[in-house]
Amino acid sequence: MRHHRVLRVISKLLIPFIMLFALYVQFHGDFGPGGGFQAGVIMASAFILYGLIFGLENARKVAPPGVITMLVAAGVLIYAGTGYAGLLKGGNFLDYNVLAATPVGGQHLGILIIEFGVGTTVAAAMITIFFLFAGRER
Amino acid sequence: MIIALIDIALLTFMGATAIAILRLRSLFAVVMLSGIYSLLAASMFVTLDAVDVAFTEAAVGAGISTVLMIAVLALTGERERTPSHTPLVPLIVVGLTGAALIYATFDMPAFGDANAPANLHVAPRYLNDSFGEVGLPNVVTSVLASYRGYDTLGEVTVIFTAAVAVMLLLGGRKGDDAGIKNEPEADAEANEGADADSDPKSGGGGTA
Repeated sequence: MRHHRVLRVISKLLIPFIMLFALYVQFHGDFGPGGGFQAGVIMASAFILYGLIFGLENARKVAPPGVITMLVAAGVLIYAGTGYAGLLKGGNFLDYNVLAATPVGGQHLGILIIEFGVGTTVAAAMITIFFLFAGRER
Repeated sequence: MIIALIDIALLTFMGATAIAILRLRSLFAVVMLSGIYSLLAASMFVTLDAVDVAFTEAAVGAGISTVLMIAVLALTGERERTPSHTPLVPLIVVGLTGAALIYATFDMPAFGDANAPANLHVAPRYLNDSFGEVGLPNVVTSVLASYRGYDTLGEVTVIFTAAVAVMLLLGGRKGDDAGIKNEPEADAEANEGADADSDPKSGGGGTA
């Protein structure tokens, strides 16, 4: 793909907007369609587009596989950790009501955090799977 | 009326895409068409007012899985081998399963029926009380992240497990992230691949 100037220029233009849209979907999921899962996939597609156009080696420099692997686990830990935070604060597992001063405030905070965990795991998992498939040679 | 016309058009396109996928032997075209099929399915979910599902279908079905399929095509042949067996038995199995599924839909309540079991159980409570209890305008997010937070934790764990499984299958040792420097394994796989792939490769070369 190194010789396709149009593809390179257009994807350079598009990638920031794809990432911005992923963040919008992530944090606007409370109010409109979307959420962590969709946002994670969109965020991963930005990295995958970069890898397709600029080569796998450059994509690995942007998103080091070691860091991405840790992020796969970090998302699940963030999610489960929010559950345990509810336990420590005297509620049930994954009970967000006790996380803040008011129940509705706690729900807001809890949903924001667990959606972030979902997005992290999904994005990192998709990038990992793409790296592994694309990194194999015939 | 307009929605019905759109539904008919989408279903026609989906049927045409499925038949084209069946008849094509070029796997690259099949992957592209299955991406189109996913996009049509996503449009279908939009007309069913399931925008969250449509979003996921468009991003995963039309986006990521197409890319992964193309990455796999780069490792295997691009042409499907002509099947050696007769398609009669699979056709009967698929036909019977499809007939059973269509028969089962006769028991389902009509689309959007207010008296359907799904709309009588917990759905009214979610719709009436979720704004006071959770405070989010998007009830889907309230259900997924709060009322059914346990299930979503399970789903995230499934994705985590999938990534771990792919890492174990395709990844190499620590620090060898491409998984291609694992000499003994790579050699064995290369030999196996040469044996198994000799037919489609020669077939593809002949036609191309």
